[in-house]
Amino acid sequence: MDRRTIALTLFLSALAGGAEAQSFIPDARAGGKLLLTGGVSTVEGSGGGGIATWATVTGYGEEDGIGANAHATLVDLPDYQFRTAGVAVGLWDRVELSAARQEFDTGDTGALLGLGQGFTFTQNVIGLKVRLTGDAVYDQDTWTPQIAVGVQHKMNDQDAIISAVGGKDDQGTEFYVAATKLFLAQSVLVSGTVRYTNANQTGLLGFGGDANDDREAQFEGSVGWLLSRNLVVGAEYRTKPDNLSFATEDDWFDVYAAWAVNKHLSVTAAWADLGSIATFDDQRGLYLSLQAGF
Amino acid sequence: MISRSMFMAVLTASVLAAGAATAQDPAHRPGEEAVEPYAVADANAGATPFTGTEMLEAFHGQAGIDRIVDSMFDQARADTRTQGIFVATDMVRLRRTVKEQFCYVLGGDCGYTGRSMADAHDDLGLQPADMGALVEHLQNAMTAEGVPFHTQNRFLAKLAPMRRDIVTR
Repeated sequence: MDRRTIALTLFLSALAGGAEAQSFIPDARAGGKLLLTGGVSTVEGSGGGGIATWATVTGYGEEDGIGANAHATLVDLPDYQFRTAGVAVGLWDRVELSAARQEFDTGDTGALLGLGQGFTFTQNVIGLKVRLTGDAVYDQDTWTPQIAVGVQHKMNDQDAIISAVGGKDDQGTEFYVAATKLFLAQSVLVSGTVRYTNANQTGLLGFGGDANDDREAQFEGSVGWLLSRNLVVGAEYRTKPDNLSFATEDDWFDVYAAWAVNKHLSVTAAWADLGSIATFDDQRGLYLSLQAGF
Repeated sequence: MISRSMFMAVLTASVLAAGAATAQDPAHRPGEEAVEPYAVADANAGATPFTGTEMLEAFHGQAGIDRIVDSMFDQARADTRTQGIFVATDMVRLRRTVKEQFCYVLGGDCGYTGRSMADAHDDLGLQPADMGALVEHLQNAMTAEGVPFHTQNRFLAKLAPMRRDIVTR
């Protein structure tokens, strides 16, 4: 063996070693999921429908990739305007991290409530979701859904007003279990989530209240019917606590259409019924959301 | 120093040795490369077939299946995401066996003579994103053939669980 052979052998071993080490570095291929199967962005920033969180990990990254997106949502109600914006990351179809900022603008109603014209509640929501088991899309030979657990921590900025209306806390933590399944042969998606929460109007009016302070199990669910590869229509329902004696809190409901222009842009439009909010009844209106990402 | 010609000679010798050790399988066709012998069975198709003729008709029979499979692999070989998968693949055999598989699963009068999904993919090292891309090629091909979207999904629901055997890393 001459010196050049030894050098070449060493070089090749180093290359082989490099390849070996590289297999321990997770892949980061984008766009492995099929259109719409990453869901859209909820008003709390997590991946799912509009008002119901799903067990899916947001974005288009598969187990060999990552995904991320940003969203902006507007719900235009008769007496209020509800806006959210946020970012979320999906890591190897296993972990989802999300952050969202919600603004609940009382507009003219603020003056009637004694808060002042255009008074706006704001809340930051950070979320973590972990997929435990199952594949909502590919496990078509079993009824087993994809299952995920998650936590959302919410921080409201209106401690004084929350206390004044009987709320107990301006921040709260919620825990949930979500199960999502695509029944592909029927082109139907079904998702259900149990959320352990004491949030008033998802936390915009604080956490706990004079009528009840304990967390309780609430349900949120979505159904969707796939009309084409990039269009799904459906409905959602979300039950909510009723912790404040000054105002009744209603369940939420919506009918929606989500359209994926491509894997980088989707538009969701819905008609949402958010019921009575802070003594103003029949808050029904247009929900419009844009999501951009990969 | 190991010269390039020496390397090529060693490589050629190994390929020849492998070829000599491989008996032709019962499902071998002229124009295809030999594969290790295996037990031929419809169960290798990896899905139970549809009953009735509705699905086969929606796919426009054998001629439609042939067009769909050819289009799917033409797209896969042109797509930078997936073309690397096929560099060492016997496309003649692959197209034939996948056409058989689709015909069998769609309820056509075909037997499947290919290998099981696990055996056919265990050396390929396919990733989840490869699977997603191949499904998209199939969706495009079915759409071009005029197969209705909801009928496409009924077929894809039969194929989807094969991901467990197709994706190995």
